Amino acid sequence: MKYLCLVYLEEQKLRVIQDTECFACGEHLRSNGSLVAAEALQPIDTATTVRVRNGRLSVTDGPFAETKEQLAGFYLVEARDLNDAIQIASKIPPAREGSIEVRPVRQLDVS
Amino acid sequence: MHETVNAVYESDSRRVLATLIRLLGDFDSAEEAMHDAFRAALEQWPREGVPANPRAWLVSAGRFKAIDGMRRRKRFEALDDVGEAADIAVDDHEAWADPESVEDDRLRLVFTCCHPALAPDAQVALTLREVCGLTTEEIAQAFLTPAPTLAQRIVRAKAKIKDAKIPYQVPTPAELPERLEAVLRVIYLVFNEGYSASSGAAVTRHDLSAEAIRLGRLLVELLPEPEAQGLLALMLLHESRRSARMSPQGDVILLDEQDRSLWDRKQIAEGVRLVEQALSPRPAAAATRSPGRQARSPALGPYTIQAAIAAVHAEAPAAADTDWNEIVGLYDALMAVNPSPVIALNRAVAVAMRDGPAAGLALVDELLAAGELKEYRLAHAARAELCRRLGRTDEARRSYERALKMTRQEPERRLIEKRLAELTRSV
Repeated sequence: MKYLCLVYLEEQKLRVIQDTECFACGEHLRSNGSLVAAEALQPIDTATTVRVRNGRLSVTDGPFAETKEQLAGFYLVEARDLNDAIQIASKIPPAREGSIEVRPVRQLDVS
Repeated sequence: MHETVNAVYESDSRRVLATLIRLLGDFDSAEEAMHDAFRAALEQWPREGVPANPRAWLVSAGRFKAIDGMRRRKRFEALDDVGEAADIAVDDHEAWADPESVEDDRLRLVFTCCHPALAPDAQVALTLREVCGLTTEEIAQAFLTPAPTLAQRIVRAKAKIKDAKIPYQVPTPAELPERLEAVLRVIYLVFNEGYSASSGAAVTRHDLSAEAIRLGRLLVELLPEPEAQGLLALMLLHESRRSARMSPQGDVILLDEQDRSLWDRKQIAEGVRLVEQALSPRPAAAATRSPGRQARSPALGPYTIQAAIAAVHAEAPAAADTDWNEIVGLYDALMAVNPSPVIALNRAVAVAMRDGPAAGLALVDELLAAGELKEYRLAHAARAELCRRLGRTDEARRSYERALKMTRQEPERRLIEKRLAELTRSV
């Protein structure tokens, strides 16, 4: 089963953990077959929000939510069950500085 | 025959359910299957006699009914996952009968219901519903929550177990200390909910304490960890004072004024024995069935220490005989594993009993100055009591008045008002 581990960090902590450590974490997960995909994200002030309302496109600057922590990256992993996913998430380096939200992936119902 | 089936339902329905959840992989199907199985028992046992092993019969019947239902549904909806579920159920022929797996099923159920990924109030509701077999209405009444709210809480928790795939497992030894803590927290919360009941609903809520003690016993039986024993001891020792802690008029009676002849000696004896077990180093023989599952937690956990404190009180023939030196020592140990301002306050009160009110007051003032207890009514009540004993009446009155403003429980309000009145009289 796939889980998306969303990494949240406060703005000033975005670069606290070395990229080499995050890279090593991804490589480790890839080598034991748990990793589907992982990326780090640019800070939130580079974000653009896109909406379509009544057929019209609206483009605005960043998400407006005044949250302290922002989405900093993600790991899409393959895990046996939630306990397994929690174990994987606990080893993602930013877990020490921010938080990891673990969300099960939902299969689209196309039947 | 009806009574026989009812008796088996009482004694074994939770075990049957716990095993069916493992076999069918789903709480709702398992509940349905269990009810089908008991319905079948009501039909067949009068004709064919009660089977030699009713529980195994019920699990087998429930499993069969569920597979049958899945097959019937499969004819209408050609869904892959239905086939998969049916395969699991059929293939597991050996596993379901294995006594060790079956015994572990109840533990699996407890740990799943208390999984930290579920909201705390959902853990409580689900545990009472699935492990204790209380109805949704009973739980709602006991927690003074509307039944639809509670029902929704349970539905959401079950959905999360399924959708996020919370496994039906006993945690690995590495996960155990943390996961056990969650289970103990749920049990103690249920106990306190019942124990602090003071008004109209007291009768129903009292059942919650009994339910928590039953859960505590089950846990100790399945997983004899020191902290599980400590928690059961703590609950029994508190429960032993139930009939002494409230006057017939519903007024609170504090520990030092309780009629100790009303304390339940049987519960005290059991509690003290459990504390001693929890405190003693594990004998090698205790690691019988699954040695990997034995304690890795620190030798002294917070529940065990609190139980030891309760045991010191329980063993004092009169309030004046209390070994305060021992109690202060135990609070020191508790502060070492679980430091909190509330525990520091309790320690200060014990120091006051051992070294005199002035020593205690100095500690309480220090705690109040630190700020965290400023809004805690019992800190002000404790300060008032110490000032009163020191003859500092005006200060005592001010602190009682502060505590009175913060209290929301009627019996507590009456107690503080009584103290204030006594203060005025003694001047």
